[in-house]
Amino acid sequence: MSSLRIFLIGGLTSYRALFTWLTPWILIPSFILGPIFQILFFAYVGRTAGVGSDSFFLIGNAVLYASIPCLFAMSNTIGGERQHGTLPLLLASPAHRIPLFLGRALPVIINGFGVSAVALVVGALLLQVPLPLASLAPLALVVAVATFSCTGLGLVTAALALRVRETAVLANVVFGILMIFAGVNVPLDALPSWMGSVAAWLPLTHGIAAAREVAAGASLVSIRTDLLVEAGLGALYIGIGLAMLAWFEREARRRATLETI
Amino acid sequence: MSTLRLVLVTWWLQLKIRSRSAFDGLLGLLWPLFFATTIFLMYRASGAEGSALLSAAVGASVMGIWSATSTSASFTLQQERRQGTLELLVAAPTPFPLLIFPVTLSMATVGAYSMIATLLWGRFVFGIEIAVANPLAFVLSTLVTVVGIGMLGFLLAISTVRYRSAWAIGAALEIPVWLICGFLIPLQVLPVWVRPIAWLLAPTWGMSAIRAAAEGRGVLADLLACIALAIAYGFIGMLVSRHMLNSARRRATLALS
Repeated sequence: MSSLRIFLIGGLTSYRALFTWLTPWILIPSFILGPIFQILFFAYVGRTAGVGSDSFFLIGNAVLYASIPCLFAMSNTIGGERQHGTLPLLLASPAHRIPLFLGRALPVIINGFGVSAVALVVGALLLQVPLPLASLAPLALVVAVATFSCTGLGLVTAALALRVRETAVLANVVFGILMIFAGVNVPLDALPSWMGSVAAWLPLTHGIAAAREVAAGASLVSIRTDLLVEAGLGALYIGIGLAMLAWFEREARRRATLETI
Repeated sequence: MSTLRLVLVTWWLQLKIRSRSAFDGLLGLLWPLFFATTIFLMYRASGAEGSALLSAAVGASVMGIWSATSTSASFTLQQERRQGTLELLVAAPTPFPLLIFPVTLSMATVGAYSMIATLLWGRFVFGIEIAVANPLAFVLSTLVTVVGIGMLGFLLAISTVRYRSAWAIGAALEIPVWLICGFLIPLQVLPVWVRPIAWLLAPTWGMSAIRAAAEGRGVLADLLACIALAIAYGFIGMLVSRHMLNSARRRATLALS
């Protein structure tokens, strides 16, 4: 019962307290204007370069932007605690680490899903990309799975935040890597083979591919492999993230470096 | 003379500070490279070559100058506020705008590093032939563009002095400027109503001059337009700063806003 409380109430409290982007002054530019302008930018670059379609760039960039809350909010779970001087108190508490950190991921998944959904709808209206009504529910499922998967990667960046002071830089770098590798703006088969191999192990790659197929009219059954791989990668990254958190926490205690890095 | 000294010393000091900052230094170089890499890969996938690739490389490289300026400029006064130095800057006998201009100019200078890095990246990683028809005009156009973008950053920093979350506004303005200033997308492709907005932005003319220099065309008209807009931003910035600071002093909200 205590773990459930930490998971739900602790997670929500942490999200509201640490993710300082919830003011409209940050929320609207970062979560609404940012993705819409990036969709328009790449759609127009694609038109100029004669590559891809508006739909391709719309879906790729809308799903990619789910990663903004996933990466930044998760990094803030450590960076924000350190900034406020509460990281030692948090790590000295007897709370179980799994509900403690997974609880912090839940609001982030919902946030990421919302960002993608708004970007998809507004982007589709601006670029006049038709999204069939029948595709909306499967598309929502795919975006939810992709957001879950990316939050797993966010947990890894949160763990790295125990070692890296510049969490904003870290999250931006991971975002940039996802943008290049995950088939957001360049089809996977147009990437060099080594990049394609890396992409296969990144969150969002399979989610974006599945979202494009669903938007083109494919059924959920036909994209189940991509969906399962995406969910599996999410679980894998969550596992890695929790393991890294435990390891870095032990190291930080041993070396007394929790607040000195 | 003392004004020139102030600008130069502040610019150099800020440039040294920024080059040691992970956000302004490292990310200032990496962030535009992420976008440039994506764009190079897109053009390669389309089978583009020759002048189209050169044009994309030049456009992508100038994007970095604005990238290094937009978020950092809008965040810079908040940073001063956090450090407790904003009141000192405002209270100093030197006009406030004169203290801020070299700061934003240093950001645009970091952007110029990123421009060079992007061109080298395009040349050595993607094999893009960087053949500049008029190198002297290219360098001159780049310098004027750096100043023009620095002045636009100055106007942005001054205009957002009272907003605590100004960095988000600066970050949100990064891509719109890429989109409408002709870095990669010709203005003719954009809706007609966007063009007058683009004409009011110095980067549009700076980019046009850089591209013209690369292709061996005349740059004078574009450079004059870029310089005129930079001067206009300076005047507007001075008026805005007077209004903003008076208002903040009257309400005693400089440190709180």
